[in-house]
Amino acid sequence: MPVLRLLRRNLVVIAGLLTLAYMILPNVVVMVFSFNKPNGRFNYAWQRFSLDAWKDPCGVADLCGSLSLSLRIAFWATLGATVLGTMIAFALVRYRFRARGAINALIFLPMAMPEVVMAASLLTLFLNMGAELGFWTVLIAHIMFCLSFVVTAVKARVMSMDPRLEEAARDLYAGPLQTFLRVTLPIAAPGIAAGALLAFALSFDDFIITNFNAGSTVTFPMFVWGSAQRGTPVQINVIGTAMFVIAVAVVLLGQLIANRRKSRAGK
Amino acid sequence: MSVTDAPPAPDTGPEVRRPSTRRRLVPYWLLLPGILWLLVFFALPMVYQASTSVQTGSLEKGFEVTWHFRTYWDALADYYPQFIRSLLYAGSATLLCLLLGYPLAYLIAFRAGRWRGLVLVLVIAPFFTSFLIRTLAWKTILADGGAVVDVLDALHVLDVTSRLGWTENNRVLATPLAVVCGLTYNFLPFMILPLYTSLERIDGRLHEAAGDLYATPATTFRKVTFPLSMPGVVSGTLLTFIPASGDYVNAELLGSTDTKMVGSVIQSQFLRVLDYPTAAALSFILMAVVLLVVTVYIRRSGTEDLV
Repeated sequence: MPVLRLLRRNLVVIAGLLTLAYMILPNVVVMVFSFNKPNGRFNYAWQRFSLDAWKDPCGVADLCGSLSLSLRIAFWATLGATVLGTMIAFALVRYRFRARGAINALIFLPMAMPEVVMAASLLTLFLNMGAELGFWTVLIAHIMFCLSFVVTAVKARVMSMDPRLEEAARDLYAGPLQTFLRVTLPIAAPGIAAGALLAFALSFDDFIITNFNAGSTVTFPMFVWGSAQRGTPVQINVIGTAMFVIAVAVVLLGQLIANRRKSRAGK
Repeated sequence: MSVTDAPPAPDTGPEVRRPSTRRRLVPYWLLLPGILWLLVFFALPMVYQASTSVQTGSLEKGFEVTWHFRTYWDALADYYPQFIRSLLYAGSATLLCLLLGYPLAYLIAFRAGRWRGLVLVLVIAPFFTSFLIRTLAWKTILADGGAVVDVLDALHVLDVTSRLGWTENNRVLATPLAVVCGLTYNFLPFMILPLYTSLERIDGRLHEAAGDLYATPATTFRKVTFPLSMPGVVSGTLLTFIPASGDYVNAELLGSTDTKMVGSVIQSQFLRVLDYPTAAALSFILMAVVLLVVTVYIRRSGTEDLV
């Protein structure tokens, strides 16, 4: 039975592709249902094809406002976490200092903690300090939980760097600042970029910590959460689809450029 | 927090050593802002939460520390079903993630060839649509009378699962199965990426060597590939289990009142009931349980005996 043998040989491939389908299916549903015209307030059952939502993506009150708020928070959180995290990563790899174990633990723990625990404890702090919940408390929280991920990403890259490159720069009479800007930073850049990208994705998509610490401020995930109770506008699917398409396009384009460079370097 | 984290007082050595002292302080300046941030907004809140959990009082009169440890006991007595459910659901989802994720990670590492980049992108891409929107999509997929439910019903799968208590009355939505399915879906990438990283590092020649030594593919997997992928298995299971145990999004969106997890309770105690001591105690217990599980698990898997 050649068919059976082919199946057995490729069992892993088939199982893997089934998992991939499981992971992609909801995205397909989101995409298809962005063209739906639901009866009633919830967009869960297919009725008929319509382009209404695509023609008017901001047609729902507060939707685009929450989206731009999320983008702003993600931008600043990424910036903050990337700067602070990169500094920590360099200190951890390049220098000796006291209390290294405690500092490593402090960086590891936020990643090993259920989000709801961090969310609840941060809220008790803000309540005790009498802080007003809103943009700033959310930003503080986002920088806090993104920081550890940036440190991990940058640390991995800096650790694999050849220290001799910097020695060579110094031997060629480059000052410390020049060495850092012209040699160290460019080599560490992919790690920093990866950390920043991760921070942006984590911040933009965060719900639990934001839900606790946002007060009456509504980010995009909080808008979606609220709409699950009140009624899901089709526009949510439009934005979800647009984000998906843009992200995949950017990543594929990046890969294409990287491949071009590689093959050109090969010649 | 501990005093050791503060930079030590500058070395007041002889004048000649000034520059080297300044150089020695560089790491502390690099660490200072970030570590301070974590101390104030991660560690300090834990202290506040510990203090809140032993307070009594009311919202109107204010809360006071009375060392009322009974809150912990009461919280556990009231909400132990949600605790057990959380651990059970998170555990099942972690196991499912491993079973579903391993073949895909293996596929990307060894069999994808020139499609590797594309498959990796497809694994990460769902991240870019807000996970709440994607979780809501499961409401459509698992809807009553939908294709999935009809097929499962026709194959009598639902009869089996409802006998096991996973589903009810021929529906999937609002049952434990839906919640575990949602948890599995949401945390699969966290399993696949570490698995892929550790599989990708395996030297392909080890597979050839195993084959040369007459190992069947199954034996090669059991004796070579799987043991070498253990770091990925450990970090993948942790990255899945920890967030899943505290999650309340899947339980709220895909489940019913009978599938509430401990995260839901903490959230409603904190944001709706405003019973801060109980919420803080519950959150503390959850943290302790997770840290315990993680520590024991890392210890156990650290030894080679596990394989």
